[in-house]
Amino acid sequence: MISLRKSKEFVVEKLILICGLASIFFVVLIFLFLLKEGLAVFKTVSPFNFILGKSWYPISEPPQLGILPLIMGSLLVTLGAALISIPLGVACAVYISEVASLKIKEILKAGIELLAAIPSVVLGFIGMVTLVPWVKTMFHLPTGLTALSGSIMLAFMAMPTIVSIAEDALYSVPKSYKEGALALGATHWQAIYRVMLPAASSGLLAAVMLGIGRVIGETMAVMMITGNADAMPNSILQPVRTLTATIAAEMGEAVVGSEHYFALFAVGIVLFVISFMINVTADLFLHKRAK
Amino acid sequence: MRNPLRTEKIAFSLLFLATLLIVVPVGLTVVIIIQKGLPAMLNRGQAGIPAINWQFITDIPRQGMRAGGIFPAIIGTAYLVSGAIIFALPIGLMAAIYLSEYSRDNFLSRIIKLAIVNLAGVPSVVYGLFGLALFVVFFKFGASILSGSLTLGIMILPIIITTSREALESVPYSFREVSRSLGASKWQTIRHIVLPNAISGILTGTILGLGRAAGETAPILFTVAAFYLPQLPKSIFDQAMALPYHLYVISTQVPNVDEKIRYGTALVLLVLVLFMNLVAIIIRYRFRKKKKW
Repeated sequence: MISLRKSKEFVVEKLILICGLASIFFVVLIFLFLLKEGLAVFKTVSPFNFILGKSWYPISEPPQLGILPLIMGSLLVTLGAALISIPLGVACAVYISEVASLKIKEILKAGIELLAAIPSVVLGFIGMVTLVPWVKTMFHLPTGLTALSGSIMLAFMAMPTIVSIAEDALYSVPKSYKEGALALGATHWQAIYRVMLPAASSGLLAAVMLGIGRVIGETMAVMMITGNADAMPNSILQPVRTLTATIAAEMGEAVVGSEHYFALFAVGIVLFVISFMINVTADLFLHKRAK
Repeated sequence: MRNPLRTEKIAFSLLFLATLLIVVPVGLTVVIIIQKGLPAMLNRGQAGIPAINWQFITDIPRQGMRAGGIFPAIIGTAYLVSGAIIFALPIGLMAAIYLSEYSRDNFLSRIIKLAIVNLAGVPSVVYGLFGLALFVVFFKFGASILSGSLTLGIMILPIIITTSREALESVPYSFREVSRSLGASKWQTIRHIVLPNAISGILTGTILGLGRAAGETAPILFTVAAFYLPQLPKSIFDQAMALPYHLYVISTQVPNVDEKIRYGTALVLLVLVLFMNLVAIIIRYRFRKKKKW
């Protein structure tokens, strides 16, 4: 009896260990399969020309596979979103953690959680019917499907990440810092601005980075409202196409095993590497704070 | 001379304004969808009193998705979400048990945690690519409910691991010590003491994972989603429609769809996802009140 129980426990514990390692396994598996399908594209185009090539015509003959316009599209939209979301998000986090009364705090947090729960395709749809016409009339444009619309929408979608992590960072600043500042005669705002924010800076930086990571990886909403023009963008008021939207829009038509198919996987590698670097760096910042 | 108190007042007003700029659009989004989506679900009943029109939820799409209902999309999403959870819950829960009960604070556990963070950060469309390469092409499952469920399952794994681990770790250490001192083995302690006390937290995480899986579009684009399939899937190797993809299709790919149908679909999806989140919040709240330690 006892040996049966022991062997059963042995099996269960080994199973638990295997599952514990599952997340490492899946991250490696994702990367390997992206490499397996994506690296084949470099038989037809050099990595240099792939990243810096200025034209993306994957189905012309021969195909032109330069993803610079897509990278620029992603950068432009991300930059715009960062400019909007970083000040607003950090301000909101400061308000929630320092200024708001307990009851208001609960309501605001619930609102932010609600935003995080709304599916991106629903936000994309709402952006299409509200934000896009607004941008169009506001700037007298032929179309409202522009990088700016994408930036505004993505800034909005990055808020839950930025606000919640920034709020955690502010919350974990030792109370004595703030009390010390107040005791020296600083106003509440001076204590926040001069003491709390610098003390929380590495956590705030992590919040900003993870928010940007969210923006770069976002797919559906950005595909629905940025207009999907795969040319080099000149201005934020033009349609652009991002890395993510290119994959989502074109993979359905790409033939498995074609150069187009391989190229889209190579775009996936680029995205994976970007998100990997952002997450590892942000984790280092968060870890530094924990120490 | 600058007056610090006035500066403070201005600064706090600006902070408040920033907060409003974020929260008000959230409220507006929900209100607009409810207001414009409800007509899809209401009929002019007798004496002008609106009655619920079940047809939108129970009928198949007709006339190239310009009329009829969204039943196959709802069923497809239900299948996908169930499949994802059947796959992700056992693995996620056991991974959480490993992290909270077995692992020490060493290099390996640090790497595992980093992997979880990265898994959570991988862009959703990259999950789609991965699902396509591994399940659809390599394992030859084709575009099917099976491929889509497995892809979504891997995507929600980090949510389930993180929330379950928090739940397990919130069980006081003394519970484990008492159990072990009574002669129970480590696994018996986990099975009979730790898990029952963490069950509501695990449930919360599971439901949050379900909600996430129900709303995601990019991972199912190339692994399962059918553009227009006015029938129900017969097996897990069939393609299926799914609510989020259906919303994408009728709002960008099909011209001249009645606004009512678009908003109605958005409303059904939103209600589904928010309902699951609400259930999760209620469980968490009741659990906190009941907590004995």
